[in-house]
Amino acid sequence: MAEPVAHFPASTSKSAFPYLLGAGFLVVLAGSLCTAQVDPRRLLEGDALANAARFLRGAFPPDLSSEFLGHMMRPAIETIQISVVGTLFAVLIGLPLGLLATSSLAWSGVLHERRAAMGRWVLGFVPYAVARGLLSVFRSVPEYVWAFMFVRAVGLGAFPGVLAIGVAYGGILGKVYSEILEGVNPRPLETLHAGGASRLGVVLYGLIPQALPSLVSYTLYRWECAIRASAILGLVGAGGLGQQIELSMRFFKFDEVVTLLGMLFCLVGAVDFVSGRLRARLTR
Amino acid sequence: MRPGASETPTRPETQTVPPRPRGHDRRGWLVSAGFVALIVWSYRGTGVDPGQLVGPEGLRQIAIYVGGLFPPDLSWTALRDAGIGAVETFAISLVGSLLAVGIALPLALLTARTLLYRGVLFEARPLAPGPRALRIAIYAGAKALLNLLRTIPEILWALIFVFMVGLGPFPGVLALAFHTGGVLGKLFGEVIEDVDPRPLEALQATGAGRVRIMIYGILPQAAPQFVSYALYRWEVNIRAAAVLGFVGAGGLGQRIHVTISLFLEQQLLTLILAIYVMVTLVDALSAYLRRRLV
Amino acid sequence: MSGPAYELHELRKVFADGTVAVDEISLTVGAGEQIAVIGPSGAGKTTLFRLLNLTLRPTSGWLRIAGVDVGGLSDQALRGQRQRIGTIYQQQNLVGRLRVVHNVLAGNLGRWSPGRALASLWRPREAAAAWRALAQVGIPEKLYARTDELSGGQQQRVALARVLIQDPAIILADEPVSSVDPSLAITIVTLLRDVAHESRKTLLMNLHSVDLALRYFPRIVGVRDGRIHFDLSREQVTEELLRGLYAGHRDDELQLERPPGGLDPFGRACRPLPGFDK
Repeated sequence: MAEPVAHFPASTSKSAFPYLLGAGFLVVLAGSLCTAQVDPRRLLEGDALANAARFLRGAFPPDLSSEFLGHMMRPAIETIQISVVGTLFAVLIGLPLGLLATSSLAWSGVLHERRAAMGRWVLGFVPYAVARGLLSVFRSVPEYVWAFMFVRAVGLGAFPGVLAIGVAYGGILGKVYSEILEGVNPRPLETLHAGGASRLGVVLYGLIPQALPSLVSYTLYRWECAIRASAILGLVGAGGLGQQIELSMRFFKFDEVVTLLGMLFCLVGAVDFVSGRLRARLTR
Repeated sequence: MRPGASETPTRPETQTVPPRPRGHDRRGWLVSAGFVALIVWSYRGTGVDPGQLVGPEGLRQIAIYVGGLFPPDLSWTALRDAGIGAVETFAISLVGSLLAVGIALPLALLTARTLLYRGVLFEARPLAPGPRALRIAIYAGAKALLNLLRTIPEILWALIFVFMVGLGPFPGVLALAFHTGGVLGKLFGEVIEDVDPRPLEALQATGAGRVRIMIYGILPQAAPQFVSYALYRWEVNIRAAAVLGFVGAGGLGQRIHVTISLFLEQQLLTLILAIYVMVTLVDALSAYLRRRLV
Repeated sequence: MSGPAYELHELRKVFADGTVAVDEISLTVGAGEQIAVIGPSGAGKTTLFRLLNLTLRPTSGWLRIAGVDVGGLSDQALRGQRQRIGTIYQQQNLVGRLRVVHNVLAGNLGRWSPGRALASLWRPREAAAAWRALAQVGIPEKLYARTDELSGGQQQRVALARVLIQDPAIILADEPVSSVDPSLAITIVTLLRDVAHESRKTLLMNLHSVDLALRYFPRIVGVRDGRIHFDLSREQVTEELLRGLYAGHRDDELQLERPPGGLDPFGRACRPLPGFDK
C-alpha cells in the first residue's frame, strides 16, 4: 500500500489570468469613476435636495382632473397604436431578414450537402452575410437614435416612432427568429428533403410548424417592450404619452408628469397581461 | 385507451372520410381576428403612410438626408469628440451597472421569501407570529420599492436626476443604477428563491446557522446566475447609456443631441458609428466574460 | 425504369472529423428486389442509407440509380430522383405539432407546386387519399389527430402512410421497427414487403433483428465496419457467418438467438444481465 500523503498537494492553478483580469478591471473601474464624474456628495448638496423637494411638492397630488385625463386619452391611444404598428413593421423587416440569416437554410447543414461547392457559397452565403450585417446594424443603434433620425427625415408625430421601433426591433426580431429557426429539430427536415421536397416545402411543412409557437411568443414579448419604447420615444418627439411627458416636464408641471406616468404604468400592465396570457397558451 | 388496442390494425368501420374537426380551432381564429382588428385600427390611428416613405417625394427626402450623412466626419476634432463620448458612455454603463448590483443585492435578499420567513430554512425552527408578520411587511416593502425602481424608465430617472444634480454623466450613472437595480433586484430575488433546497437541508442538518447556510448553500448556486444576469444587463445598459445623453446625461447621447440640433449630419454619422462600435464591443466582452466566468 | 435500381461502385464516405463511415462498398440492386441489411451498430448502415437516398454526397466512388449517374446531376434533377425514393427512419421524422393528415400528405411535396403545398396546409386537399393510406396501415381514425398525441408505433405507421402517398419506386427503411413493440414490428415489416411486392418497388431494409431479416427477405447483406461482410441469399447465411459479422459486439449478439414460436425476443429487459446467467 502506498505511503499516506504527507502534505496537501499545492494549488494546481498556475494561470495568471484571474489576477490580470482583476487588475485590469480595477484600472478600468477607476478610470470610469473619474470619467463619469461620480461624486456622491453632489446628491447631498443643498441644490440637489432643494430640487428634489420641489419635485416632490409639485408632483403630489397628481393632476387627476377629468379635463386633463380627457386630453390625455388621445396620446395614450396613440402610444398603443404606435407600439402595434411598430411591432408589425418590425416583423415585416425581421422575418425576411431572419430567414435569410438562418445558416441551416442558407448554406450549412444537411439541406446543402449535395450542392455544387461554388454554388453553395455564392448563392447561399452572400445573402446570409448581408442579412446578418443589416440585422446587426439595425439592432445596435438604439431606437432613440433611429427615432431622432426619422424625426429629421419625416417630421414629428407617430410616424417616426413607428419607423424607429420597426427598424430597431426588426433587427432584434430577425436575430432571434434566426436563432429559433436554427434550433429546430433537423430530423423532420431531413425526412422531407429526402422525399424530394423543395426548400419551400421543407420550410412550410417542417420548419415553420416547429418554430411557429416560439416565433409568435417572442414577437408578443417584443410587443411588451414596444409599448414601453413607444411611450419613451415620444420624449424625442415621436408622439404618444412620451411627448406629453416631455411637455409637462418642460413646464415643470410635475403633477401632470406623475399622472402621465400612472397612465403609462396602466398601459404597460395591460399589454403585459394580454401578452402573458397568450404566450402561456401558446406553449401548452 | 386499452393497452394494445390501437396497436393491431383495425378494419375501417366507415367507407367515407371523416370530416375536418372545427370547434377546436375556433378560439385560435377569434384571437387572430382580434389581433388583425387591433392592427388595422392602430394603422389607421397612427396615420402612418408608407407611401410617404417610399413614394417619389419621400424617397427623395430620405436620399437627401442619407446623402447628407456621408461621408462621416473623420477629422481629428470629430474623432476625438466621438472617442471621449464613447469612453464616457462606457464609463456610465459600467459604473451604473455595478452600482445597480450594489442596490440590487441587499434588496434581493429582502425579497427572497425563502430567506425571510418560509421554505426549508424555517421548517425546523418556524418563526413566531410577531416576527413573521414583520418580515412579511419587510418583504412587501422591498418588493414595492423594487417595482417602483424598475417601472420608471431609465430616461425618466435621468430627467429627474438631471433636474436634481444638473447636467453631465453623473445623473446618467444614477439613472442606470436605480432602474437596473430594480430590474436586477427582482431577478436576483427569483434566483435565490429558485435555488435547489437540498444542499440547504443538508447544511441545516449539520447544525449550521442561517447565515452560514446562506454563504455555503445559496451563494454558490446563485452567484453564477447573478453574474450572468448582470452581464446581460450591461449589454442593455450600454445602449441605454448612449440614449440618456439626450436628456443631458452625458456621453454619446448628449453629443448626438447637439449635432442633430445644429444640423451637423456628418458628425452625427461619426457618433452613430461610435455607438455601433461601442455596443458591439460590450456585447462581445459580455459574451466572453459569461463564457469564462459562468 | 431501365437498368438495376441501384449500382454502387466503391462508394466511400469520410466525415469531416476523419471517420470512415462507408469504406468502398460496391453493390448492385435489381429493380423490384427486396434486401435486408444487417450488421452491428455503428457499422455504417445508416450512412449507407443516407447515401442511397441522396441526402449525403459520397467522398469517392459512384452511384447510379436506374442507370443514371447521380454524381453530376443538377439540384432540380436530384430533387426529382429523391422523389422516387421513399425513406422510413427509426424515429423522430414527423412534425409533432402538425395534424396527421399534413404529415401524411407531405409525401406529395415532391410533386406539388408551392401554391398547392401552402393551400393544403389550410384545407388539406386529397384528404381522402391520406385516409386510405392510413386505413392501409390500420389507423384511419387518426386522420385529424395531432401527431404528437399518437404513440410511437402509431407515429411509425403515419410515416409509412406518408411513403405510400409518395408512391416512390424505391423504399429505404432504416431500422423502422427498432423502437416498436414486437407484434407491431412484424406487421410493419410484412406490410412494407407486401406493398413493395404488389407495386414492384425495390425495398431495402436496415434491420437490427436478424430473425426478422432471415424470415422475410430473400437476400441478406451483412455490413461491418463500413464494408460488406457478405451478400448472400437467405439459405446461404450460416450461424458462423453471423457470428463473424457481430464479433466483438456483445449487445448485438444477444439478438442472434432465435426464440421458439418465431417471435422476436421481448427486448433486452427480459434477458439476464451479462454475468448473471449462471
